[in-house]
Amino acid sequence: MCENCDCKQGDGAGFAALDPVLEKYGKVPGSLITILQKTQDIYGYLSVDAINHISGRTGVKPAKIYGVATFYTQFRLKPIGKNLIMLCKGTACHVNGADMIEEAISEFLGVGDGETTEDGLFTLNNVACLGCCSLAPVMMVKSAEGEETFGNLTKDKVKAVLAEIRQREQEAAV
Amino acid sequence: MRVVVGQGSCGVATGARKTSAEFERLIAEAGLDVTVEKTGCIGNCYLEPIVDVYDGDKLLSRYVQIQPEKAADIVERHLKGGEVVSEYAISEADERFLTGQRRIVLRNAGVINPESIEAYMATGGYKAIEKALKEMSPEDVIAEMKVSGLRGRGGAGFPTWFKWDAARKNRGDMKYIVCNADEGDPGAFMDRAVLEGDPHSMLEGMIIGGYAMGASEGVIYVRAEYPLAIHRLELAIDQAREKGFLGNDLFGSGFSFDIRIKAGAGAFVCGEETALIASLEGERGMPRLKPPFPAEKGFWQKPTNINNVESFANVPWIILNGGEAFGAIGTAQSKGTKVFALAGKIKKGGLVEVPMGLPLRDVIYGIGDGIKNDKAFKAVQMGGPSGGCIPASLIDTPVDYENITKTGAIVGSGGMIVMDETTCMVDMARYFLDFTRKESCGKCAYCRVGTKRMLEILERITAGEGQDGDIELLVELAEKIKDGSMCGLGQTAPNPVLTTIRYFRDEYEDHIYRKKCTAHSCKPLLTFTITEDCKGCTLCAKNCPTDAISGERRELHVIDQEKCIKCGKCEESCKFAAILRD
Repeated sequence: MCENCDCKQGDGAGFAALDPVLEKYGKVPGSLITILQKTQDIYGYLSVDAINHISGRTGVKPAKIYGVATFYTQFRLKPIGKNLIMLCKGTACHVNGADMIEEAISEFLGVGDGETTEDGLFTLNNVACLGCCSLAPVMMVKSAEGEETFGNLTKDKVKAVLAEIRQREQEAAV
Repeated sequence: MRVVVGQGSCGVATGARKTSAEFERLIAEAGLDVTVEKTGCIGNCYLEPIVDVYDGDKLLSRYVQIQPEKAADIVERHLKGGEVVSEYAISEADERFLTGQRRIVLRNAGVINPESIEAYMATGGYKAIEKALKEMSPEDVIAEMKVSGLRGRGGAGFPTWFKWDAARKNRGDMKYIVCNADEGDPGAFMDRAVLEGDPHSMLEGMIIGGYAMGASEGVIYVRAEYPLAIHRLELAIDQAREKGFLGNDLFGSGFSFDIRIKAGAGAFVCGEETALIASLEGERGMPRLKPPFPAEKGFWQKPTNINNVESFANVPWIILNGGEAFGAIGTAQSKGTKVFALAGKIKKGGLVEVPMGLPLRDVIYGIGDGIKNDKAFKAVQMGGPSGGCIPASLIDTPVDYENITKTGAIVGSGGMIVMDETTCMVDMARYFLDFTRKESCGKCAYCRVGTKRMLEILERITAGEGQDGDIELLVELAEKIKDGSMCGLGQTAPNPVLTTIRYFRDEYEDHIYRKKCTAHSCKPLLTFTITEDCKGCTLCAKNCPTDAISGERRELHVIDQEKCIKCGKCEESCKFAAILRD
């Protein structure tokens, strides 16, 4: 426990799941990105507490961790919804109307790029390229069940996909 | 018999796993002696899911677009009845997509099971490293690579032998060989296909490279967005270790080598060698000045060599068949083949591997079968955000490093995005600048601020607020950014703008002076009107968010241009194609 303030730096409470990761990589030079990736895998995002905890265990300054976390597009500093929509904005998707698909998603969910719906079911993230260019426009939906890719999207198709997920989630909640 | 289901990312996205599961279920149910296997991407992405039926190694039939519900027919009629289900079989025209190619890098992709090292070994896999270690000195390997003329397939086109030789000559107690599998260009998926379809060929090339330069450790820097590729690489590395192709004293030669994977975290600038090394060390991926080059001081300050996936995948073939055989393919300066990711407004998109020097026309029309919906071909974008747009008038340009560079584009890593008459070239330039502006690491002011300023101008032009002098200002900024940036990202970022101005200046002028987008793509420049085809169904009026459409039921409707916000909702809702965009 850090003595100087109440930031809880070095206090392991709530981060037990991270212990094996920090044990394996904590003292291996050059492992910061790997640690952050595994942290995000476990908690869904990088919280201030998580960053402080990692700092306490690795000796890397929180400011530096924050610097690395904000440099790479993969890292998120805010929690995400149950379903992460990764909408491809690659060149092939752009040419085939990815902007139109984004419009449809925003219309249907009422959120823009980087935002999460109020019910916590969806987060929309635009990504650079998913590499399924022949199926453009494409999106990938990532949830606890895994990831599923949807190709050759149209405005109607994307809305139908989202409606189905929403219905499934609502039924599961009952 | 064997049923082989293509399960690269494209296949999986179209439901190949469900198809595969359905075959397994039906075959088990019928008690047939047929195995269900998986393979990587064969390249005809537009036909996925693809299912091959083999008798031993003999391909009996290739079926395309096999959704789960079609599996029963194939099991009943082909597996049980021995009859080819002709309505699902690949057509002759679609077979041309493959027969027009020359496959070295993709020699096994879509043919073998990528998760089985035995399958790779059955095609002569790991024979090249055995030959290199038993019969060749590292200098011999480098000499063979020199004869082959292989140039880096990641973008810069630097001779591979030269990089290996430089790294070999630099002394160090520890040397590293790195595989750049951080395929960052939007619109490119060649490396993904190799990693998913034939990971061992890349590993073998890397081991040979390690031997040639005297490295003892290899690191694969792979995109985190490619989970399937990472999974198959992990499997492949474990299998190679088990068979003794990785580890200590390989083939009793005294050469020890191992490989590990490092997942990138998404930063385009990490395609630059020094930025990639910074990222490997867990830092922000910022490039640094060269020299010292990575061959002298790279990963952890040790001599390091970085090659791209496709370059490595060529190496085993070169060692087995000889540099001369490789050099016989292609042109005088650009040897061998190149894999392209053909996408955009193309009829048959997918992965295409062709000899260097083949004219663009043969790729786009011969293999890709031309433009979707038979629209007019306008341009092809090559080289991603660092490349440029090649106009239709230059369609007979041979695809090799020299000729493509002359057009202002670059071969790059192999993205080939085809555009038709409905693609606005100013918007394309805006799209790429938006990308590079976001991906600029911020170290050099010209790249950081300059790309932002260029983007603002392009946004203004596509919004219909272009001003006299904008084109000249763009060119001036472009030249300064090229000169004032340290790494390849900034030095090439203006290319998409410069090439579109060079070949499509009239489109820029139409936007700026006539306030028109001839491709009818930039919405703020459009005018929506209703034609005589209107049946008066009132659907457009109901869908208009600003109540700009008026008219009685069964009568011609009219759009009030003052109120219209050009959202296009009327066009989407109209069932009679009575909305005209101009």
